[in-house]
Amino acid sequence: MKEQIICRNAALGYEDGIVTENLNFTVNSGDYLCILGENGSGKSTLIKALLGLKPQVSGEIKFCGDFSSKDIGYLPQQTPVQRDFPASVREIVLSGCLSRMGLRPFYKSAEKKLASDTMKQLGIENLADRCYRDLSGGQQQRVLLARALCAAEKMLLLDEPVTGLDPHAQNELYELVSKLNRNGISIIMVSHDISSALKYASHILHISKKQLFFGTKLDYIKSSTGMKFLESEVASDE
Amino acid sequence: MNEIFSSIQYYFSYPFVRYAFIVLILISLCSSLLGVSLVLKRLSFIGDGLSHVAFGAMAISAVAGLTNGTVITLPVTVISAVLLLRTGRNTKIKGDASIAMISVSALATGYILMNIFPSSSNISADVCGSLFGSTSILTLKESDVWLCLIMSLIVLSVFILFYNKIFSITFDENFSKATGVNSDAYNLIIAVVTAIIIVTAMKLVGSLLISALIIFPALSAMRIFRSFKSVTICSAVISVVCAGTGIIISLLFSTPVGATIVASNFVTFMIFSGISTLTSK
Ligand SMILES: Nc1ncnc2c1ncn2[C@@H]1O[C@H](COP(=O)(O)OP(=O)(O)OP(=O)(O)O)[C@@H](O)[C@H]1O
Ligand SMILES: [Mg+2]
Repeated sequence: MKEQIICRNAALGYEDGIVTENLNFTVNSGDYLCILGENGSGKSTLIKALLGLKPQVSGEIKFCGDFSSKDIGYLPQQTPVQRDFPASVREIVLSGCLSRMGLRPFYKSAEKKLASDTMKQLGIENLADRCYRDLSGGQQQRVLLARALCAAEKMLLLDEPVTGLDPHAQNELYELVSKLNRNGISIIMVSHDISSALKYASHILHISKKQLFFGTKLDYIKSSTGMKFLESEVASDE
Repeated sequence: MNEIFSSIQYYFSYPFVRYAFIVLILISLCSSLLGVSLVLKRLSFIGDGLSHVAFGAMAISAVAGLTNGTVITLPVTVISAVLLLRTGRNTKIKGDASIAMISVSALATGYILMNIFPSSSNISADVCGSLFGSTSILTLKESDVWLCLIMSLIVLSVFILFYNKIFSITFDENFSKATGVNSDAYNLIIAVVTAIIIVTAMKLVGSLLISALIIFPALSAMRIFRSFKSVTICSAVISVVCAGTGIIISLLFSTPVGATIVASNFVTFMIFSGISTLTSK
Protein backbone atom coordinates (compact mmCIF):
# COMPACT_ATOMS: atom_id res chain seq x y z
CA MET A 1 0.00 0.00 0.00
CA LYS A 2 1.58 3.23 -1.14
CA GLU A 3 -0.04 6.62 -0.99
CA GLN A 4 -0.55 8.18 -4.42
CA ILE A 5 -2.83 11.15 -3.91
CA ILE A 6 -3.58 12.99 -0.67
CA CYS A 7 -6.30 15.61 -0.58
CA ARG A 8 -6.33 17.83 2.51
CA ASN A 9 -9.09 20.28 3.28
CA ALA A 10 -9.47 21.17 -0.38
CA ALA A 11 -12.17 23.56 -1.59
CA LEU A 12 -13.13 23.60 -5.26
CA GLY A 13 -15.02 26.16 -7.25
CA TYR A 14 -15.23 28.55 -10.17
CA GLU A 15 -15.12 32.33 -10.41
CA ASP A 16 -18.70 32.54 -9.22
CA GLY A 17 -18.18 30.64 -5.98
CA ILE A 18 -17.24 27.50 -4.11
CA VAL A 19 -18.81 24.28 -5.40
CA THR A 20 -17.64 21.88 -2.73
CA GLU A 21 -15.30 22.08 0.26
CA ASN A 22 -13.75 20.23 3.20
CA LEU A 23 -12.50 17.43 0.99
CA ASN A 24 -10.21 15.05 2.86
CA PHE A 25 -9.22 11.72 1.41
CA THR A 26 -6.29 9.57 0.39
CA VAL A 27 -5.87 7.29 -2.60
CA ASN A 28 -3.44 4.41 -2.16
CA SER A 29 -2.05 2.32 -4.96
CA GLY A 30 -4.46 -0.45 -5.83
CA ASP A 31 -7.50 1.39 -4.48
CA TYR A 32 -10.81 1.49 -6.35
CA LEU A 33 -12.43 4.74 -5.28
CA CYS A 34 -15.97 5.51 -6.31
CA ILE A 35 -17.16 9.11 -6.14
CA LEU A 36 -20.89 9.52 -5.50
CA GLY A 37 -23.07 12.60 -5.35
CA GLU A 38 -26.04 14.17 -7.04
CA ASN A 39 -25.91 16.23 -10.25
CA GLY A 40 -23.95 19.42 -9.80
CA SER A 41 -22.36 18.34 -6.54
CA GLY A 42 -18.89 18.87 -7.97
CA LYS A 43 -17.74 15.38 -8.98
CA SER A 44 -16.43 16.38 -12.39
CA THR A 45 -14.89 19.47 -10.82
CA LEU A 46 -13.06 17.23 -8.36
CA ILE A 47 -11.78 15.04 -11.20
CA LYS A 48 -10.53 18.13 -13.00
CA ALA A 49 -8.80 19.30 -9.84
CA LEU A 50 -7.10 15.92 -9.42
CA LEU A 51 -5.86 16.21 -13.00
CA GLY A 52 -4.58 19.73 -12.45
CA LEU A 53 -6.95 21.18 -15.05
CA LYS A 54 -8.80 23.29 -12.49
CA PRO A 55 -6.67 24.24 -9.46
CA GLN A 56 -8.30 24.04 -6.03
CA VAL A 57 -9.42 27.28 -4.40
CA SER A 58 -7.77 26.41 -1.11
CA GLY A 59 -6.34 23.40 0.67
CA GLU A 60 -3.98 20.89 -0.84
CA ILE A 61 -4.02 18.12 -3.40
CA LYS A 62 -0.70 16.32 -3.29
CA PHE A 63 0.85 13.66 -5.54
CA CYS A 64 3.09 11.43 -3.42
CA GLY A 65 6.55 10.11 -4.16
CA ASP A 66 7.25 9.42 -7.80
CA PHE A 67 3.56 9.48 -8.75
CA SER A 68 2.85 12.19 -11.31
CA SER A 69 0.24 13.24 -13.82
CA LYS A 70 2.11 11.24 -16.48
CA ASP A 71 0.90 8.04 -14.77
CA ILE A 72 -2.79 8.92 -15.07
CA GLY A 73 -5.24 7.95 -17.77
CA TYR A 74 -8.41 10.02 -18.02
CA LEU A 75 -11.83 9.43 -19.51
CA PRO A 76 -13.78 12.72 -19.58
CA GLN A 77 -17.53 12.87 -18.96
CA GLN A 78 -18.04 14.69 -22.23
CA THR A 79 -15.49 15.32 -24.95
CA PRO A 80 -16.25 18.48 -26.87
CA VAL A 81 -14.89 17.06 -30.12
CA GLN A 82 -15.96 19.03 -33.13
CA ARG A 83 -18.35 17.37 -35.47
CA ASP A 84 -16.08 17.64 -38.49
CA PHE A 85 -12.79 16.60 -36.91
CA PRO A 86 -11.03 14.10 -39.16
CA ALA A 87 -9.38 11.50 -36.92
CA SER A 88 -9.20 7.73 -37.20
CA VAL A 89 -9.75 5.52 -34.17
CA ARG A 90 -6.15 4.32 -34.34
CA GLU A 91 -4.79 7.87 -34.28
CA ILE A 92 -6.87 8.72 -31.23
CA VAL A 93 -5.94 5.60 -29.27
CA LEU A 94 -2.26 6.09 -30.12
CA SER A 95 -2.40 9.67 -28.87
CA GLY A 96 -2.88 8.21 -25.38
CA CYS A 97 0.75 7.06 -25.50
CA LEU A 98 2.03 10.62 -25.95
CA SER A 99 2.50 11.30 -22.26
CA ARG A 100 5.11 8.57 -21.93
CA MET A 101 7.11 9.80 -24.93
CA GLY A 102 8.53 13.02 -23.50
CA LEU A 103 10.23 14.92 -26.30
CA ARG A 104 10.57 11.94 -28.62
CA PRO A 105 8.64 12.91 -31.76
CA PHE A 106 7.46 9.57 -33.14
CA TYR A 107 5.80 6.42 -31.80
CA LYS A 108 7.88 3.29 -31.32
CA SER A 109 6.60 -0.11 -32.34
CA ALA A 110 6.04 -0.94 -28.64
CA GLU A 111 3.54 1.92 -28.43
CA LYS A 112 1.80 0.88 -31.64
CA LYS A 113 1.51 -2.62 -30.23
CA LEU A 114 0.13 -1.31 -26.94
CA ALA A 115 -2.49 0.65 -28.89
CA SER A 116 -3.58 -2.30 -30.99
CA ASP A 117 -3.59 -4.64 -27.97
CA THR A 118 -5.76 -2.18 -26.09
CA MET A 119 -8.14 -1.90 -29.04
CA LYS A 120 -8.38 -5.69 -29.15
CA GLN A 121 -9.03 -5.82 -25.41
CA LEU A 122 -11.96 -3.41 -25.82
CA GLY A 123 -13.26 -5.09 -28.94
CA ILE A 124 -12.77 -2.13 -31.24
CA GLU A 125 -9.92 -3.43 -33.39
CA ASN A 126 -12.31 -3.74 -36.35
CA LEU A 127 -13.01 0.01 -36.03
CA ALA A 128 -9.32 0.99 -36.09
CA ASP A 129 -9.42 2.72 -39.46
CA ARG A 130 -12.90 4.20 -39.11
CA CYS A 131 -13.39 7.90 -38.57
CA TYR A 132 -14.17 8.79 -34.96
CA ARG A 133 -17.05 11.11 -35.80
CA ASP A 134 -18.89 8.38 -37.70
CA LEU A 135 -19.09 6.06 -34.66
CA SER A 136 -22.02 5.58 -32.28
CA GLY A 137 -21.86 7.14 -28.83
CA GLY A 138 -21.02 3.85 -27.16
CA GLN A 139 -18.28 3.08 -29.65
CA GLN A 140 -16.81 6.54 -29.17
CA GLN A 141 -16.78 5.96 -25.42
CA ARG A 142 -14.78 2.78 -25.89
CA VAL A 143 -12.29 4.55 -28.14
CA LEU A 144 -11.72 7.18 -25.48
CA LEU A 145 -11.40 4.47 -22.84
CA ALA A 146 -8.78 2.74 -24.98
CA ARG A 147 -6.92 6.04 -25.22
CA ALA A 148 -7.10 6.45 -21.43
CA LEU A 149 -5.78 2.91 -20.97
CA CYS A 150 -2.81 3.68 -23.21
CA ALA A 151 -1.99 6.66 -21.02
CA ALA A 152 -2.50 4.97 -17.65
CA GLU A 153 0.42 3.30 -16.02
CA LYS A 154 -0.68 3.62 -12.42
CA MET A 155 -4.10 5.23 -12.23
CA LEU A 156 -7.30 5.63 -14.26
CA LEU A 157 -9.76 8.49 -13.70
CA LEU A 158 -13.16 7.74 -15.17
CA ASP A 159 -15.98 10.29 -15.15
CA GLU A 160 -19.24 8.40 -15.61
CA PRO A 161 -17.74 5.94 -18.07
CA VAL A 162 -20.85 3.84 -18.66
CA THR A 163 -23.10 6.67 -19.82
CA GLY A 164 -24.56 5.73 -23.18
CA LEU A 165 -23.48 2.09 -23.12
CA ASP A 166 -26.01 -0.73 -23.33
CA PRO A 167 -26.38 -2.89 -20.17
CA HIS A 168 -24.22 -5.64 -21.61
CA ALA A 169 -21.44 -3.23 -22.53
CA GLN A 170 -21.80 -1.60 -19.12
CA ASN A 171 -21.12 -4.88 -17.37
CA GLU A 172 -18.23 -5.63 -19.67
CA LEU A 173 -16.73 -2.26 -18.89
CA TYR A 174 -17.11 -2.71 -15.14
CA GLU A 175 -15.50 -6.14 -15.35
CA LEU A 176 -12.68 -4.78 -17.47
CA VAL A 177 -12.00 -1.91 -15.08
CA SER A 178 -12.10 -4.28 -12.15
CA LYS A 179 -9.63 -6.60 -13.90
CA LEU A 180 -7.28 -3.66 -14.47
CA ASN A 181 -7.67 -2.81 -10.82
CA ARG A 182 -6.72 -6.35 -9.77
CA ASN A 183 -3.62 -5.99 -11.98
CA GLY A 184 -2.57 -3.09 -9.79
CA ILE A 185 -3.95 0.05 -11.45
CA SER A 186 -5.75 2.37 -9.06
CA ILE A 187 -9.19 3.47 -10.17
CA ILE A 188 -11.10 6.65 -9.41
CA MET A 189 -14.57 6.49 -10.92
CA VAL A 190 -17.48 8.87 -10.82
CA SER A 191 -20.71 6.95 -10.94
CA HIS A 192 -24.45 7.24 -10.42
CA ASP A 193 -24.80 3.48 -10.46
CA ILE A 194 -24.81 2.75 -6.74
CA SER A 195 -25.19 -1.02 -6.99
CA SER A 196 -22.13 -1.54 -9.16
CA ALA A 197 -20.24 1.02 -7.12
CA LEU A 198 -20.86 -1.13 -4.07
CA LYS A 199 -20.05 -4.28 -6.00
CA TYR A 200 -16.66 -3.26 -7.36
CA ALA A 201 -15.26 -0.34 -5.34
CA SER A 202 -13.01 -0.60 -2.33
CA HIS A 203 -13.59 2.96 -1.13
CA ILE A 204 -16.43 5.46 -1.43
CA LEU A 205 -16.28 9.24 -1.48
CA HIS A 206 -19.68 10.87 -1.21
CA ILE A 207 -19.75 14.62 -1.83
CA SER A 208 -22.29 17.39 -1.91
CA LYS A 209 -21.74 21.02 -0.87
CA LYS A 210 -19.10 19.45 1.34
CA GLN A 211 -17.69 15.98 1.87
CA LEU A 212 -20.36 13.72 3.34
CA PHE A 213 -18.39 10.51 3.61
CA PHE A 214 -15.02 9.01 2.86
CA GLY A 215 -14.03 5.49 3.85
CA THR A 216 -14.20 1.88 2.86
CA LYS A 217 -17.25 0.43 1.21
CA LEU A 218 -18.26 -1.56 4.30
CA ASP A 219 -18.13 1.51 6.53
CA TYR A 220 -20.20 3.39 3.97
CA ILE A 221 -23.03 0.89 4.05
CA LYS A 222 -23.16 1.21 7.83
CA SER A 223 -22.84 5.03 7.91
CA SER A 224 -25.85 7.31 8.18
CA THR A 225 -25.06 8.99 4.83
CA GLY A 226 -24.79 5.62 3.15
CA MET A 227 -28.00 4.27 4.64
CA LYS A 228 -29.95 7.38 3.72
CA PHE A 229 -28.61 7.35 0.15
CA LEU A 230 -29.18 3.63 -0.29
CA GLU A 231 -32.75 3.90 0.99
CA SER A 232 -33.58 6.71 -1.42
CA GLU A 233 -32.00 4.76 -4.30
CA VAL A 234 -33.97 1.63 -3.48
CA ALA A 235 -37.14 3.70 -3.13
CA SER A 236 -36.62 5.30 -6.53
CA ASP A 237 -35.86 1.93 -8.12
CA GLU A 238 -39.24 0.55 -7.13
CA MET B 1 1.14 21.72 -76.61
CA ASN B 2 4.79 22.25 -77.47
CA GLU B 3 4.13 25.94 -77.76
CA ILE B 4 2.82 26.07 -74.22
CA PHE B 5 5.89 24.29 -72.90
CA SER B 6 8.27 26.54 -74.73
CA SER B 7 6.51 29.66 -73.51
CA ILE B 8 6.61 28.32 -69.94
CA GLN B 9 10.28 27.62 -70.43
CA TYR B 10 10.71 31.13 -71.70
CA TYR B 11 9.07 32.66 -68.64
CA PHE B 12 11.08 30.50 -66.27
CA SER B 13 14.32 31.70 -67.80
CA TYR B 14 13.71 34.94 -65.88
CA PRO B 15 15.03 34.78 -62.31
CA PHE B 16 12.12 36.82 -60.88
CA VAL B 17 9.63 34.27 -62.21
CA ARG B 18 11.63 31.46 -60.61
CA TYR B 19 11.79 33.38 -57.32
CA ALA B 20 8.06 33.95 -57.31
CA PHE B 21 7.47 30.29 -58.10
CA ILE B 22 9.70 29.02 -55.27
CA VAL B 23 8.28 31.46 -52.72
CA LEU B 24 4.67 30.69 -53.59
CA ILE B 25 5.18 26.93 -53.50
CA LEU B 26 6.94 27.11 -50.12
CA ILE B 27 4.33 29.38 -48.61
CA SER B 28 1.51 27.20 -49.95
CA LEU B 29 3.09 24.12 -48.43
CA CYS B 30 3.62 25.65 -44.99
CA SER B 31 0.29 27.39 -44.74
CA SER B 32 -1.62 24.30 -45.81
CA LEU B 33 0.09 22.20 -43.12
CA LEU B 34 -0.66 24.72 -40.40
CA GLY B 35 -4.06 25.33 -41.97
CA VAL B 36 -5.41 21.93 -40.95
CA SER B 37 -5.09 22.66 -37.27
CA LEU B 38 -6.01 26.34 -37.64
CA VAL B 39 -9.25 25.44 -39.41
CA LEU B 40 -10.03 22.78 -36.81
CA LYS B 41 -9.34 25.27 -34.03
CA ARG B 42 -11.77 27.70 -35.66
CA LEU B 43 -9.00 30.17 -36.45
CA SER B 44 -9.43 30.30 -40.24
CA PHE B 45 -9.40 34.05 -40.32
CA ILE B 46 -6.16 34.50 -38.47
CA GLY B 47 -4.40 35.78 -41.61
CA ASP B 48 -7.07 38.38 -42.24
CA GLY B 49 -7.11 39.51 -38.63
CA LEU B 50 -3.35 39.83 -38.48
CA SER B 51 -3.20 42.00 -41.59
CA HIS B 52 -5.47 44.48 -39.84
CA VAL B 53 -3.22 44.38 -36.81
CA ALA B 54 -0.27 45.05 -39.10
CA PHE B 55 -2.16 48.04 -40.51
CA GLY B 56 -2.75 49.44 -37.02
CA ALA B 57 0.90 48.95 -36.16
CA MET B 58 1.92 50.63 -39.40
CA ALA B 59 -0.19 53.66 -38.56
CA ILE B 60 1.48 53.86 -35.17
CA SER B 61 4.95 53.66 -36.64
CA ALA B 62 4.07 56.27 -39.25
CA VAL B 63 2.84 58.61 -36.52
CA ALA B 64 5.99 57.93 -34.53
CA GLY B 65 7.87 59.02 -37.60
CA LEU B 66 9.71 55.80 -38.22
CA THR B 67 10.89 55.31 -41.77
CA ASN B 68 11.19 51.54 -41.44
CA GLY B 69 7.85 50.39 -39.99
CA THR B 70 8.90 46.75 -39.73
CA VAL B 71 10.54 47.40 -36.35
CA ILE B 72 7.08 47.93 -34.87
CA THR B 73 4.87 46.00 -37.28
CA LEU B 74 6.61 42.64 -37.05
CA PRO B 75 6.80 42.28 -33.26
CA VAL B 76 3.27 43.63 -32.74
CA THR B 77 1.85 41.23 -35.30
CA VAL B 78 3.74 38.25 -33.94
CA ILE B 79 2.64 39.06 -30.39
CA SER B 80 -1.02 39.37 -31.40
CA ALA B 81 -0.76 36.13 -33.32
CA VAL B 82 0.61 34.36 -30.28
CA LEU B 83 -2.13 35.85 -28.08
CA LEU B 84 -4.83 34.81 -30.54
CA LEU B 85 -3.50 31.31 -31.04
CA ARG B 86 -2.92 30.65 -27.38
CA THR B 87 -6.55 31.18 -26.51
CA GLY B 88 -7.37 27.50 -26.28
CA ARG B 89 -10.64 25.73 -25.75
CA ASN B 90 -11.02 26.96 -22.22
CA THR B 91 -11.31 30.68 -22.73
CA LYS B 92 -14.57 32.55 -22.46
CA ILE B 93 -14.11 34.27 -25.84
CA LYS B 94 -13.84 31.82 -28.71
CA GLY B 95 -11.17 32.02 -31.40
CA ASP B 96 -13.30 33.54 -34.14
CA ALA B 97 -14.70 36.21 -31.85
CA SER B 98 -11.32 37.19 -30.46
CA ILE B 99 -9.85 37.47 -33.96
CA ALA B 100 -12.72 39.69 -35.01
CA MET B 101 -12.29 41.79 -31.87
CA ILE B 102 -8.57 42.34 -32.26
CA SER B 103 -8.71 43.03 -35.99
CA VAL B 104 -11.55 45.51 -35.71
CA SER B 105 -9.87 47.36 -32.84
CA ALA B 106 -6.60 47.51 -34.75
CA LEU B 107 -8.36 48.87 -37.84
CA ALA B 108 -10.13 51.48 -35.76
CA THR B 109 -6.94 52.53 -33.98
CA GLY B 110 -5.10 52.84 -37.27
CA TYR B 111 -7.90 54.87 -38.83
CA ILE B 112 -8.16 57.22 -35.85
CA LEU B 113 -4.42 57.82 -35.90
CA MET B 114 -4.51 58.49 -39.63
CA ASN B 115 -7.18 61.13 -39.06
CA ILE B 116 -5.47 62.82 -36.14
CA PHE B 117 -2.14 62.96 -37.94
CA PRO B 118 -3.21 63.25 -41.56
CA SER B 119 0.13 64.28 -42.92
CA SER B 120 2.02 61.42 -41.35
CA SER B 121 2.58 59.34 -44.44
CA ASN B 122 1.16 57.54 -47.38
CA ILE B 123 -0.75 55.02 -45.31
CA SER B 124 -3.34 53.96 -47.84
CA ALA B 125 -0.57 52.44 -49.95
CA ASP B 126 0.53 50.52 -46.89
CA VAL B 127 -3.02 49.28 -46.31
CA CYS B 128 -3.12 47.88 -49.80
CA GLY B 129 0.29 46.46 -49.14
CA SER B 130 -0.89 44.50 -46.14
CA LEU B 131 -3.81 43.09 -48.09
CA PHE B 132 -2.12 42.26 -51.37
CA GLY B 133 1.52 41.99 -50.32
CA SER B 134 3.72 45.02 -49.94
CA THR B 135 6.18 43.86 -52.52
CA SER B 136 4.62 42.70 -55.75
CA ILE B 137 5.12 38.99 -56.14
CA LEU B 138 7.10 39.49 -59.35
CA THR B 139 9.59 41.91 -57.80
CA LEU B 140 10.97 39.52 -55.19
CA LYS B 141 14.69 39.64 -54.57
CA GLU B 142 16.99 36.73 -53.97
CA SER B 143 17.14 37.66 -50.27
CA ASP B 144 13.34 37.28 -50.05
CA VAL B 145 13.67 33.77 -51.42
CA TRP B 146 16.29 32.87 -48.83
CA LEU B 147 14.21 34.33 -46.04
CA CYS B 148 11.24 32.34 -47.20
CA LEU B 149 13.29 29.17 -47.54
CA ILE B 150 14.62 29.44 -43.99
CA MET B 151 11.14 30.15 -42.59
CA SER B 152 9.73 27.18 -44.45
CA LEU B 153 12.43 24.86 -43.19
CA ILE B 154 11.70 25.95 -39.63
CA VAL B 155 7.96 25.50 -40.08
CA LEU B 156 8.35 22.12 -41.75
CA SER B 157 10.72 20.70 -39.16
CA VAL B 158 8.60 21.96 -36.26
CA PHE B 159 5.52 20.51 -37.89
CA ILE B 160 7.07 17.10 -38.51
CA LEU B 161 8.75 16.85 -35.11
CA PHE B 162 5.61 17.88 -33.24
CA TYR B 163 3.09 16.28 -35.57
CA ASN B 164 1.76 13.79 -33.00
CA LYS B 165 1.56 16.43 -30.30
CA ILE B 166 -0.20 18.84 -32.62
CA PHE B 167 -2.79 16.16 -33.35
CA SER B 168 -3.38 15.39 -29.70
CA ILE B 169 -3.61 19.02 -28.62
CA THR B 170 -5.92 19.94 -31.47
CA PHE B 171 -8.16 16.94 -30.87
CA ASP B 172 -8.49 17.16 -27.11
CA GLU B 173 -6.38 19.69 -25.28
CA ASN B 174 -7.72 18.80 -21.83
CA PHE B 175 -6.78 15.17 -22.18
CA SER B 176 -3.23 16.02 -23.25
CA LYS B 177 -2.85 18.38 -20.36
CA ALA B 178 -4.36 15.93 -17.88
CA THR B 179 -2.00 13.15 -18.84
CA GLY B 180 1.05 15.32 -18.36
CA VAL B 181 1.76 16.53 -21.90
CA ASN B 182 3.08 20.08 -21.66
CA SER B 183 0.39 21.45 -23.92
CA ASP B 184 1.04 25.10 -23.08
CA ALA B 185 4.61 24.85 -24.33
CA TYR B 186 3.55 23.10 -27.52
CA ASN B 187 0.74 25.58 -28.10
CA LEU B 188 3.22 28.41 -27.77
CA ILE B 189 5.64 26.80 -30.24
CA ILE B 190 2.87 26.25 -32.77
CA ALA B 191 1.61 29.79 -32.25
CA VAL B 192 5.02 31.35 -32.78
CA VAL B 193 5.68 29.30 -35.89
CA THR B 194 2.26 30.11 -37.33
CA ALA B 195 2.74 33.77 -36.53
CA ILE B 196 6.12 33.84 -38.25
CA ILE B 197 4.91 32.22 -41.44
CA ILE B 198 1.78 34.36 -41.61
CA VAL B 199 3.70 37.57 -41.03
CA THR B 200 6.39 36.68 -43.56
CA ALA B 201 3.89 35.55 -46.14
CA MET B 202 1.71 38.59 -45.55
CA LYS B 203 4.60 40.81 -46.56
CA LEU B 204 5.46 38.73 -49.61
CA VAL B 205 2.12 37.63 -51.05
CA GLY B 206 -0.49 39.50 -49.02
CA SER B 207 -3.05 38.45 -46.45
CA LEU B 208 -5.86 37.66 -48.87
CA LEU B 209 -3.84 34.91 -50.47
CA ILE B 210 -2.64 33.68 -47.10
CA SER B 211 -6.19 33.30 -45.81
CA ALA B 212 -7.10 31.33 -48.90
CA LEU B 213 -4.02 29.14 -48.63
CA ILE B 214 -4.81 28.36 -45.00
CA ILE B 215 -8.51 27.64 -45.47
CA PHE B 216 -9.01 25.98 -48.85
CA PRO B 217 -6.61 23.00 -48.95
CA ALA B 218 -7.64 21.84 -45.47
CA LEU B 219 -11.36 22.15 -46.26
CA SER B 220 -10.99 20.33 -49.59
CA ALA B 221 -9.04 17.50 -47.99
CA MET B 222 -11.59 17.20 -45.19
CA ARG B 223 -14.34 16.63 -47.75
CA ILE B 224 -12.86 13.27 -48.72
CA PHE B 225 -10.35 12.04 -46.18
CA ARG B 226 -11.25 10.84 -42.72
CA SER B 227 -8.01 10.62 -40.75
CA PHE B 228 -5.78 13.41 -39.58
CA LYS B 229 -2.74 12.07 -41.38
CA SER B 230 -4.44 11.66 -44.74
CA VAL B 231 -6.06 15.08 -44.45
CA THR B 232 -2.70 16.68 -43.68
CA ILE B 233 -0.88 14.98 -46.55
CA CYS B 234 -3.72 15.60 -48.97
CA SER B 235 -4.00 19.28 -48.14
CA ALA B 236 -0.26 19.76 -48.60
CA VAL B 237 -0.46 18.12 -52.03
CA ILE B 238 -3.55 20.09 -53.04
CA SER B 239 -1.98 23.33 -51.94
CA VAL B 240 1.28 22.81 -53.83
CA VAL B 241 -0.46 21.58 -56.97
CA CYS B 242 -2.95 24.47 -56.95
CA ALA B 243 -0.19 27.01 -56.42
CA GLY B 244 1.82 25.49 -59.28
CA THR B 245 -1.09 25.43 -61.72
CA GLY B 246 -2.18 28.86 -60.59
CA ILE B 247 1.20 30.38 -61.37
CA ILE B 248 1.47 28.69 -64.76
CA ILE B 249 -2.05 29.72 -65.77
CA SER B 250 -1.38 33.28 -64.68
CA LEU B 251 1.80 33.36 -66.76
CA LEU B 252 0.11 31.95 -69.85
CA PHE B 253 -3.01 34.09 -69.70
CA SER B 254 -1.46 37.04 -67.84
CA THR B 255 -4.03 36.92 -65.03
CA PRO B 256 -3.13 38.18 -61.53
CA VAL B 257 -1.10 35.50 -59.73
CA GLY B 258 -2.67 35.55 -56.26
CA ALA B 259 -6.23 35.61 -57.55
CA THR B 260 -5.54 32.76 -59.96
CA ILE B 261 -4.14 30.60 -57.18
CA VAL B 262 -7.21 31.32 -55.06
CA ALA B 263 -9.44 30.45 -58.02
CA SER B 264 -7.69 27.14 -58.64
CA ASN B 265 -8.06 26.31 -54.92
CA PHE B 266 -11.75 27.10 -55.16
CA VAL B 267 -12.20 24.88 -58.20
CA THR B 268 -10.40 22.06 -56.39
CA PHE B 269 -12.72 22.53 -53.44
CA MET B 270 -15.76 22.27 -55.69
CA ILE B 271 -14.40 19.11 -57.33
CA PHE B 272 -13.68 17.50 -53.96
CA SER B 273 -17.12 18.45 -52.66
CA GLY B 274 -18.65 16.90 -55.76
CA ILE B 275 -16.70 13.68 -55.25
CA SER B 276 -17.69 13.54 -51.59
CA THR B 277 -21.39 13.98 -52.38
CA LEU B 278 -21.23 11.32 -55.06
CA THR B 279 -19.42 8.77 -52.91
CA SER B 280 -21.57 9.29 -49.82
CA LYS B 281 -24.69 8.21 -51.68
N1 LIG C 1 -16.81 25.87 -16.28
C1 LIG C 1 -17.61 26.18 -15.23
N2 LIG C 1 -17.74 27.47 -14.84
C2 LIG C 1 -18.54 27.79 -13.79
N3 LIG C 1 -19.25 26.90 -13.08
C3 LIG C 1 -19.16 25.59 -13.41
C4 LIG C 1 -18.33 25.16 -14.51
N4 LIG C 1 -18.44 23.82 -14.61
C5 LIG C 1 -19.27 23.43 -13.64
N5 LIG C 1 -19.71 24.48 -12.90
C6 LIG C 1 -20.61 24.42 -11.75
O1 LIG C 1 -20.01 23.64 -10.75
C7 LIG C 1 -20.98 22.79 -10.13
C8 LIG C 1 -20.48 21.36 -10.15
O2 LIG C 1 -20.38 20.90 -11.49
P1 LIG C 1 -19.83 19.45 -11.82
O3 LIG C 1 -19.73 19.34 -13.28
O4 LIG C 1 -18.60 19.21 -11.03
O5 LIG C 1 -20.99 18.51 -11.27
P2 LIG C 1 -21.09 16.93 -11.29
O6 LIG C 1 -21.11 16.50 -9.86
O7 LIG C 1 -20.05 16.35 -12.15
O8 LIG C 1 -22.53 16.72 -11.91
P3 LIG C 1 -23.05 15.58 -12.92
O9 LIG C 1 -23.51 14.44 -12.08
O10 LIG C 1 -24.20 16.22 -13.61
O11 LIG C 1 -21.95 15.23 -13.84
C9 LIG C 1 -22.28 23.02 -10.88
O12 LIG C 1 -23.10 23.81 -10.08
C10 LIG C 1 -21.90 23.75 -12.14
O13 LIG C 1 -22.88 24.69 -12.47
MG1 LIG D 1 -20.00 15.36 -13.92
